[in-house]
Parts: sequence; structure tokens; C-alpha cells
Amino acid sequence: MKIECTLNGQRKTLDVSSTRRLLDILREDFHLTAVKEGCGEGECGACMVLMDGKAVNACLIPAGNLMGKEIVTPEGFKESPRGKIIEEALIEAGAVQCGFCTPGFVMAIESLLNEHPHPTEENIREGLSGNLCRCTGYQMIFKSVRLAEEKGAGLW
Amino acid sequence: MKNFSRIGKGEKKIDGLPLATGSLKFTDDFVVKDSLYLALLYSPHAHAEILDIDDTEARKSPGVVEIFHYKNVKPILHTTAGQGFPEPSPYDTVLFDKKVRFVGDKVAMVAAKTKKEAEEALKKIKVDYKILEPLFDPENAMAPDAPKIHSLDCYATIPVTYDPNKNLAAEVDIAFGDLEKGIAEADIVVDEIYHTHYASHCAIEPHSVKTFFDEMGRLVIISSTQVPFHVRRIVSRVCDFPLAKIRVIKPRVGGGFGAKQEVMLEQLAAWATITLKQPATLILSREEVFRSSRTRHPVRTHLKMGVKNSGDITFLEMDTLLNTGAYGTHALTVLSNCGAKVLPLLNKIENLHFLGRSVYTTLPVGGAYRGYGATQGYFALNQHLDILSRKVEIDFIDFVKKHHIREGETSKIFEVLGEGKEGVKQVVKSCKLDECMDWCASAIGWQEKRGKHITHGDKIRGVGAAVAMQGSGIPLIDMGAASMKINEDGSFNLDVGATDIGTGSDTILAQIAGEVLGVRSDKIIVLSSDTDRTPFDVGAYASSTTYISGGAVKKCAEKIREQIFDVAITMKKWDRKNLVLADESVKNKKTGEGVPLSDIAIFALYTQEQFQIQASASHTSPESPPPFLATFVELDVDTRTGKVDLIQAATAVDCGQAINPILVEGQVEGAVVNGLSYALVENFVFSSQGNLINGHFKDYKLFTSVDIPQIKTHIVKSYEETGPFGAKSVAEIGINTPAPAIANAIYDAVGVRLYTLPFTPDKVYTALKRLKTYDY
Repeated sequence: MKIECTLNGQRKTLDVSSTRRLLDILREDFHLTAVKEGCGEGECGACMVLMDGKAVNACLIPAGNLMGKEIVTPEGFKESPRGKIIEEALIEAGAVQCGFCTPGFVMAIESLLNEHPHPTEENIREGLSGNLCRCTGYQMIFKSVRLAEEKGAGLW
Repeated sequence: MKNFSRIGKGEKKIDGLPLATGSLKFTDDFVVKDSLYLALLYSPHAHAEILDIDDTEARKSPGVVEIFHYKNVKPILHTTAGQGFPEPSPYDTVLFDKKVRFVGDKVAMVAAKTKKEAEEALKKIKVDYKILEPLFDPENAMAPDAPKIHSLDCYATIPVTYDPNKNLAAEVDIAFGDLEKGIAEADIVVDEIYHTHYASHCAIEPHSVKTFFDEMGRLVIISSTQVPFHVRRIVSRVCDFPLAKIRVIKPRVGGGFGAKQEVMLEQLAAWATITLKQPATLILSREEVFRSSRTRHPVRTHLKMGVKNSGDITFLEMDTLLNTGAYGTHALTVLSNCGAKVLPLLNKIENLHFLGRSVYTTLPVGGAYRGYGATQGYFALNQHLDILSRKVEIDFIDFVKKHHIREGETSKIFEVLGEGKEGVKQVVKSCKLDECMDWCASAIGWQEKRGKHITHGDKIRGVGAAVAMQGSGIPLIDMGAASMKINEDGSFNLDVGATDIGTGSDTILAQIAGEVLGVRSDKIIVLSSDTDRTPFDVGAYASSTTYISGGAVKKCAEKIREQIFDVAITMKKWDRKNLVLADESVKNKKTGEGVPLSDIAIFALYTQEQFQIQASASHTSPESPPPFLATFVELDVDTRTGKVDLIQAATAVDCGQAINPILVEGQVEGAVVNGLSYALVENFVFSSQGNLINGHFKDYKLFTSVDIPQIKTHIVKSYEETGPFGAKSVAEIGINTPAPAIANAIYDAVGVRLYTLPFTPDKVYTALKRLKTYDY
């Protein structure tokens, strides 16, 4: 089926099966490989992208749900002012170890700060609970949210 | 403490930005044109003989190119353990066998044009099984009537005890002193049995491999591996393909924790590419990782120790039974480490017996997992120390301080118990365990909370502690090498075999080179882990990289420094003894003059007596200085539900001089949180037929951001004179302490001693029910 949507700011017409996963479309058709597959079950968050501004797991989104949607992947977000702030905050806090989960966390933090520009600790924990990281133990990721909040004041 | 320019600084990871933006490639991100996709068929039975495989229908399935199984793949015995050569793990595995030994054992592999077509074809393979009696209880594995898991063809490549006829994958038996004397001298003997359980590493990137032939007809393997050089060697053997025609490339790796020290998929993909002359891709699903890859070996530890009323320990007897599952990968070395990394901590014990046995069962396969036996051993030892200290009425901290190994001391264990052979004598030169414990005690409020049973509603609070040591590489076995050269702008290429799997080793190795050469890390261009392009390294395991590979980098950079001085002397007629490297220049301390490294490089490359400033160096170590660490936890036990709520966990580590404190903290916190999660929630749940029923993140439920308590981490001041710029290791040790610290804290809260992990609410609740009153 033909699906009209926006991908990283560009209008696209996808000619795909309606059940095909957004994750596969992004990785295979567009080589947007910042979107990672860690579980394929919506549990790890490594494939997170923004759909109409909200973080979603691309492995759980069938193509049929994309009609008229605006999709932003980490590639489409990285050069934006908010993207740069979040990435720099993650690096500075030491929150990037293996980095496999990191682009997904970038998406989750964007979504979190969008909803809570000044998040409480609980907001942060809740907001990141859809993303697994086995390397860091999360402390440094929490710290990176605070750094981004501070350095990006006014951006969210 | 020394004055450093680059060491001890929390430099940003050199690959941090491209990792954060997602532009650096992991294995599955490489586009390999016209690749076939591989899918594996697994055994639904715990133990069965394959009478026949009929692949006729599957071969007709759309897109199928080939189907591999025991009928068409040469069976070459090997081990999947990516260890040094000869591997200390038994050769008990072939690519496809006529027998399956656990639910999840591989039976056949389809190569098809798409992943979907490969998966569809799997369903059409007909396998005729003769079901055999399973073996689930390791305690019964050596019974005369127990089913035999492996044939007598399997063998150990080194002279060690190995007896497949008894399901015995490994045995270690060491003793010294006089045990009977020690028992006789004891006023109190504590005799308990502890159980640690299966766990999955949960690296977020699943095991991945891509293989293809390059333009020169050489086999290229891109793999999410911790051990690229061992991959090359093992693939060469298993596929009977010349080593010289294999190139292994390790791209970015999404975590390993030991899981990717296993060479499991590379030989399968290589086999497909070699036989079909086509590229191949094999990426495990999360369920496959859980079910069929590798795990933490479950261990039963029977520990018996005696003390005098004075608190002196009179003997220690440890009987360790390790369930290696269906294959003996790391069965000997993890077993050895249950003692070797644990018992030297109590070096004053004169009468000691350590008996370890690893046995086959028809359950998932153990493997290397961060901690590597020390985690299992310390679970028992730290609880025992808690019990003993309470019996003799000495505070846990004081009891440990009384007994633990100190600077200038040795342990007989170092000498008699190594990895697969005798150990190596060594004297501990740095040990700041007291400082670690004191910091944790203060961070957590030990004095105010210990034994106070602070109660609020149904919840009772407790605090508990645990300590550990580990090693820094395997002495006289691990080797790392590095090579360097200078470029015209005064930058350097640093090529290392060392394998950065997310730990940040590329960054700290650049810091080490930069410290010697007086340059910032951005002047060091690191290339790691490409078997064609970089020198050898055993890989990322055994907490070896900082100490062993870092040692090689330091030596290599020192050779470069001398060559730079040679050129400076030719250029300026300076006296060598006045020369230092700093601020990207050679400086003359006496005159204050300097020559930029770029001028040195241009002079050497283009001007006079031309040569490439370049060097290589290798490093091994006759010792393995242990890092030390303490973790103290505070928790609430809900007496109504049995649920344990973590309040905080404080950890302090002596890793020598931290090369990069931020990366050190990251290693410790990651390990501690993994350990907390292991202690409370992670577990493998099996059906009565040995089928893993929670092999998904949603059922396995490792800790997420909402589950973790307040985490405090501290690096104590320390300096290890044998290490590169004073460094020891740090990667593994932090996972050893959370489980026993939690156990000890639960006891402190409610007087219930839990000997079997994990501490799920049902277990705590049941134990509480058994207590008539809180009698503690």
C-alpha cells in the first residue's frame, strides 16, 4: 500500500506492506541505522523514534499506522539545537558507554523534556523507563537529563 | 600520587559523539550486498538423539539456498569459549551434532535470500527425535545411573581432569595446612549451602555477525565480538579454512559482559559463506540470546568455616558444584575463579580445602559473565563472614579488616590455583579495602542503622555489606600488543588489538599514550581490533584491558618517545637527559626551548636520515594485581509481602590510579546495578521439561530506571606500581558484592538468612513465615 508521511522533515510516499515494521523500513529502506533493534518486542527502547513528537518504539509500529504521521529519527534530530544539547549532555555525564541504546535515549529524553521541561526525579525515572541500558546503571543518564535541562534552558 | 597531564582526567570518550548520534556502525548496520540470511532451528527437547532430518520440503521453500545440519557439515570438535590457546575449556562441541543437549541447542541452519524466507523454511524441516532422559539436577550429574550427556570422543586439550563418562566437565582440588587441626581448634563452625542462579548478560545489542569474501578472495567476518583474534583462530579450525585468508573486524559492539567472549555464530556464518560463496548475515533475536546463547553458570557452594571466640579463622572448606549446562565452555576457569578470586582475600587461613566440580546437565550453557565465578564465590563468602562476625560479636567491618589480605602480603591461593593450571606467586602491592569499607560505612550511615531494625508500618530497615577482590588479567597467559607511528602534524596512529566493547578502552589507551607523549587524546587516532590491521590482543575479558593492553600501549609510546628524542638530538644537538615531552613538543628543560612534534615528524619523514618514527610493543604480566571493592546497601523488607525495597547502595573501589574516573564510575555503577538486579529479580524460569519460559525482556524484568535505588560511587586513592600509571582493573569487580550485601541487609532487617538467589518476595515471605518471632 502507499503511505504518505513525513520522515526527518521530508515528505515521503512509502510503497510497503501495511504490516511491515517501521523499524525495518527505517533501517533497510532508508539506512537510518541509528535506530537499533535490541529486542523487537517494544521492551528495550533502542529503536525509539519520535512520532508526532512522542517517543515510540519503531519495532511496534506497523507501516499501516504511519499515514500522515511525522517521524523523526535520531539522524533527523541530531543537528537540531535540542539534539545537540542532549547528545552533549549524555557525553559529558559519561552516559555513553557502548552506545547501542544511546540514540534511543536521546529520543526518550527529548520526549521527556518536551513534556516536562523541568522534570522531577520521578518524571525522569518514569520518562526513561521504556529504555534499557545494561552498561551505565542509569545514574549518568539521569545526570545527563539534568545537564540538558540546564544547558538547554528555554529550548523546551 | 603522581602529577599527570592526561591520566586521572575524566576525558570524554573519543567515540562519544558519533555513538550518541548513532552514526558509528555496529555489526548489523553494515550493508553487505546480496547477503544471505541465516536462521537456526533449535531443539525443543532437553536431551534427544536425532534419528533423521528430512529437509526436502524446506529446500523447496521460496528463497532457500541451502540447509545445513549433521548430514552435510563436517563435525570438528571444538569449544566455543573464546579463550587463549590451547583453550582450557573441553572440546565437546561440533557445528551440528546428531544429538541435542538442551532446549535451544542448534539442530539445523537455513540460508535464504531473506530473513523471512529463512524463518519460514525452518518450519518445514522435519526432525525425527529419539527422546532421551534429561538431566536437570547438577547434584545428580555424577551418579552412576545419570544419563551421559557427552560421548567419550570429547576431550580436554590441556592436562586437567575431564571425564564425560561421569558428566564431569572440570575438577579442581587444592588443599593446604591441616583441616582436621583447623576443625579441632574452632570454637564455632558455620556450615551452610548457597545457591546462585542462571542469568542472561542482556547486552542490548544481540549477538551479530556478517561474513563475505573481499576482492582478494579473503573471508571477512564482521562480528560483535569481545575476542576478534580468538574468532579468527577458532573459525579457521572449525571451518578448516586457512587462517591467513580470514580477516575479523570488530566494529562498535553494543555491550558484552562476557556473552560475546563466546565464538558461537562466526563459524556458522563463515561456513555458509565458504560453502555457498555468498555473503551471510546472522543476527540473534532477543529470545535466541536468552535461550541458546550463554549464561551465568549456576553454582552451589557448600562452605564450612571455623572461628575461635577471638575471631580468628581456623579453617575454610569450600565445595563448589558448578552447573555448566550442555557444554563445558569456561567450565574449568569459572570454577577455578570461584576459589582463585575469592579465597586469597582471607589470606591468613592456614588450613584450607577447595574442591570444585563442573558438571554437565541438559540445561542452557554457562559461559563467561562479568565476575566470572567470583560473583558466585563471594555470594557465599560474604554471607559467611556476616554470620561468623555476628557469632563472635565483632562488627562485620572490623571482622573483614582483621582477616583480609594487605599490602605486602601474599596468599598461597595465588600460587596453587590459576586458570586451568597452577597459579603464579604474587605479593599484593596495593590494597585500600579498609578505605573502601570506611567510605561506604559513612556514606550509608552504617553505625546509625546497623542492627537498629528501624520499623515503619510493615517495613523493617536493614543495612548489609559485602567486599570483593578480582584480578587484572590472567598472569602469564594474557597478552596485548600495540603499535604506533607519527604523522606530519604531530598526531599519532595507535593500533591495538584491545577490544573496546563499550567500556571506553579506546579512550583510556589514548590517554595512556597521550600521557607518555605529552599530547591530547584528539592527537591519538585509535584503531582497534582488526585482525589484518592491528597487532594481537587476547581481547576484552578477565579485566585485562587497562592493565595488560594499557601496559603494551605505555611501552610502545615510550619507544616512540625515545625515537622522537633521537630526532630532536639530531636537529638541535641537545642532551637527552634534558628532554621531556609536553604540550605537543619536545622541550629542553635546561634551556626552555622546544620543538613541536610536527617539526620532529617532518624532519624525520622528509629532511635528514629519514625514517618513520614507529614502534610496537607487547605486554604480559607475571602478576595480576587485584582491585578491591566494598558495597554497602540499605533496604526495607516489607514483612507483609516479602518484597525488598532498596533504599541505597554505596560502593567504593580501589582500582589503583583511575585512568579516567568517569569511565571508572560508569563501570562500577553498571556492574553494581546489574548485581542488584541479579539479586532481586533476574532469573531463568524453566518448565518441567527444561524449557526456558521467560526468555524475553518483558518476563525477565531486569532493572529499569524506576527500579534502582540511590547509587553512590567512590574511587579511593590508590596506586599500583606494576600497572600503567598506577592502574589496576575495574570492569568486573562491582558485580560481586550486591547480592551478598542485600542478603546480609535482609538478615540485619528481619533476621532471615537467604541462601538461595534471587530474593523474590515469595522467597523472603516464606522465610519470614518460618520465623515464629523476629529472633535476632
